[in-house]
Amino acid sequence: MKRSFLAVFLVAALLACLLCGCREATNSGNGTSDGTTLSSGQRAENNEIIVGIAQDLDDCLDPNLSTAAGTREVMFNVFEGLVKPDSTGDYVCAVASDYDVTDGGLTYVFTLRDNVVFHNGETCTPEDILSSFQICADTTVNSTVAAALSVVADMVIQDGTFTITLQEPNPDFLSIIANVYILPEGYENQATAPVGTGPFRFVSRSIQENIVLERNEAYYGQCAYLSKVTYKIYEDANALFTALNSGALDLVAHLTSDQVDNLSNGYQVLEGTMNLVQAMYLNHNVKPFDDVRVRQALCYAVDVDAMLDLTADGHGTKLGSSMYPAFTKYFEASLADRYPHDVEKAKTLLAEAGYPDGFSFTITVPSNYTPHVNTAIVLAEQLKAVGINAGIQQVDWNTWVSEVYGGRDFEATVVGFDASTLNAGSLLARWVSNNGKNMINFNNPEYDAAFAAARGALNDEEQTAQYKKCLEILSETAANVYLQDLADFVAINPRLEGFKFYPLYVMDMSLVRYTQS
Amino acid sequence: MKKGNFFLYTGAVIVCIVLLLVIVGFFWTPYSTTEMDGSNKTQPPSISHLLGTDNFGRDIFSRVLEGAGTSCLVAVSVIAIGCGLGIVIGGLCGYYGGLPDLLLTRICDAITAFPSILLALVILSLLDNGMVNIILVLGLLFVPSFARVVRAEFSRCRGLNYVKSVRLMGAGDLRIMVFHILPNTRQVLMPALAIGFNNAILSEASMSFLGLGIQPPNASLGSMLSDSQIYLQSAPWYALGVGGVMVLLILGFGLMTEGLQRYGERD
Repeated sequence: MKRSFLAVFLVAALLACLLCGCREATNSGNGTSDGTTLSSGQRAENNEIIVGIAQDLDDCLDPNLSTAAGTREVMFNVFEGLVKPDSTGDYVCAVASDYDVTDGGLTYVFTLRDNVVFHNGETCTPEDILSSFQICADTTVNSTVAAALSVVADMVIQDGTFTITLQEPNPDFLSIIANVYILPEGYENQATAPVGTGPFRFVSRSIQENIVLERNEAYYGQCAYLSKVTYKIYEDANALFTALNSGALDLVAHLTSDQVDNLSNGYQVLEGTMNLVQAMYLNHNVKPFDDVRVRQALCYAVDVDAMLDLTADGHGTKLGSSMYPAFTKYFEASLADRYPHDVEKAKTLLAEAGYPDGFSFTITVPSNYTPHVNTAIVLAEQLKAVGINAGIQQVDWNTWVSEVYGGRDFEATVVGFDASTLNAGSLLARWVSNNGKNMINFNNPEYDAAFAAARGALNDEEQTAQYKKCLEILSETAANVYLQDLADFVAINPRLEGFKFYPLYVMDMSLVRYTQS
Repeated sequence: MKKGNFFLYTGAVIVCIVLLLVIVGFFWTPYSTTEMDGSNKTQPPSISHLLGTDNFGRDIFSRVLEGAGTSCLVAVSVIAIGCGLGIVIGGLCGYYGGLPDLLLTRICDAITAFPSILLALVILSLLDNGMVNIILVLGLLFVPSFARVVRAEFSRCRGLNYVKSVRLMGAGDLRIMVFHILPNTRQVLMPALAIGFNNAILSEASMSFLGLGIQPPNASLGSMLSDSQIYLQSAPWYALGVGGVMVLLILGFGLMTEGLQRYGERD
C-alpha cells in the first residue's frame, strides 16, 4: 500500500513538473536542429557568438521593403549607405570616403571609395550607387526617405564623385542618405538572400529559428572582430531568458529589470535606452477612442511614474509625445507632464464624453515582448480606478504585424515605435492622415499641415519649430497614451567587450569582440 | 476494502480542503487579486502575505485562490461538456451499435490519436483565446475518453438478462438506457471523471502556461507558473506556492481515483 501511495504521489508531482520540463526539452531540441549547440568555450574558440532575439525578422529582407524595427536591428550589420550613423548620433563615412555640402545645403558631393566589394564578390561601381538611389526612390516603404528623395533635382557620377543636387535645402538630408542602402545593380534576391556592403554578410536564415551572419572579410574599413554571429529566435520571453541564463546565448538585449535581477550566470549587464516610443496606441476609428476627451481621460487615468516603478524599478524615461530623449533637438521633457495622474479629472472627462460609468475595451499586445505585456497588465489595473475595464489579449508577433499593424483591426495596443533614421520626420511621418503606416488612423489637418511645413522648411530652425509643433499637437489631442522610452538592459557574456548603445534601435556587432586573455 | 477507503478518504480530505479554499476564494480573498503595490514587490512569505507577493506586489495567496478557482471552474465545465456528450454518444453507440457506432467510434479514435494539447493549441490559435473558447475546445477534446468508456459498458449491458427482462416488460429504449443501464456505468464512470478532472486541470494549466489560456490580469495556475519562471532564483516561493496548490489538487483527485477503482474491484 505504501508503495502505491508513493507512486501516486510521484506521478502527481511529475505531472506538475511536466510543464516546466517540456519547456527545457523544447529548448534543447531547438539547439540540436540548427547546429548551435556549441558550448560557450567552443564559441569563444571559434570566435563566434549567439545572440538571442525575441522575434523573427520580416519575411522580406530587402532593406527598402522591410518595416519591423527588429529587422533593422539585425540588418544594420549587413547594409550600409554612403554614410552611416555611429553610436554618438553623428553620421560617418561608409561607402563614401568623404563628403561635402555646398551651395547653401543644396549640393552634396560624395567621394567614392574604390575598394568597396559587395558580399557576393562584385565590386561596387558608381552605377550601383546610382541604381541604389533610383531603386530606393521607387520602392522604399519609408515615407520620410521617399519624400526626401522626391525633391532631388539631379544626381551625377563623375571622376569618382557622386553629386546630388536638391531642389530645396533639407537640413536632415544626411540622415536620408544613410537610409539609402547601397545594393548591387540588377541583383534580384534581396528579399531572401540579401547582399550589401556592411561588416557582416548574410549567410542563411531559417524561419522562426535563426539568422546567421558571417564576417565580411573584404570589408573596406576595420573588419569586424567576430567571425560569425547567429541570431536565435525565441518568441517566448521565458524561453529566451532561460536560454540566456543557462549560458546558451552570449548576448541578449531589451531585457527587463526583473529579468536582469534574476540573472544568475555572471553575465555583465549594460543599461541604455531602447530608443522606442512606448505607448498605448489607440485606434481612432473605433469608438470611443474617436473622442478626444476619452483619450485625454485615459492619459489622466494612467500614472506613468507608478508604471515605471512597477515594471522597471523606476528605470525608463517618461515621454508625453512621439519623441524620445536621444533626439535632444526635438525632445520636450515638459510634454510628459501635460497629463498628470488625476483620477477625478479623468472621470469628469469621461462623463462629459458620455461615459460616466466607463467602458470596456481590449488591449492587444504581442506576447513575445515581456515589457509590453507587463505594461498592459499595469495599465489595465490603473484604468480600473476610473471605471474603465481593459481586457488583455496576447497575440504572437506575426499575428500582431498582420492584424494590428497591417489590418488595423484592434482597439488599443501596447508596443514601441522606433526611428528608422536619426531624423524626427521618421518618427512623426506615420501620423500623417494618409500615411500607409498610420496604424491608429490619426487624422488631424493641423498636424498634416505642420508636418508638411516641417518637410518643406528651408532651414533647420524652422524645421525644428514645425516638428515641435507636431509633437505639441500629438500631446494636446492625446493621440495615444504616451508612456516611456524603456530602459534597455543588455546582458552580455563577460568575455565579450565593445558593445555600444546607439541612439537608434540597432545592435552594432562589428564592435563586439572577445577579450584577449 | 480498507485500502480503497484509505485512498478515497485521504483524497477526499485533500480535495475538500482545496475546494473549500477555492469556494472561499470566489467570494473573498485576503487582498485584491489585481491591486499592485510598487513598494511591496517580490516579498517572501510572511504573516500578512501567506505566500509572499509577486513582481507587481500582488498577494500570491489571493491570486492562487483565484487561479485555482479559475482552473477548477474550467475543469468542471470541461468535464460537464466532455462527460455529457460522451454519455450521449457512447450510450447511443453502445446500445444500438451498427454503422453509426462504427463511424463515431472511429472518429473518436482519430481524435485520441492526436495529442490533445497539440490539437487544442491549434484550434485556440485559430480562435481567440479566452475562457469560453478554452472550455469549448477542451470539452470537445475530452468527449472521446468518456464516450469510449460509456460505450463499452452499454454494449456489455444491453445483452444482459436484466435488460432483456425490462424490455419484455415493455420498457422503451430511452427508459432502458437512462434508468437501467446508465446507473450501472457508475463504477467505470466515477474513476473516469476523477481522471478527467485531473487531465482538464493540467490541460488548462498547459494552455495558460503557453500564453493561450486565461489572459492576464486574470490569474490561473498555469499562467502564474509561467510568470514565476524567471523568479525561480530570487523568489522561489512564487513557483512553489502555485505549483504546490496544483500538486495538491492533482494528488487529491489522483488518490480519489485510486480509491474509487479499488472500491469498484471489491464489488
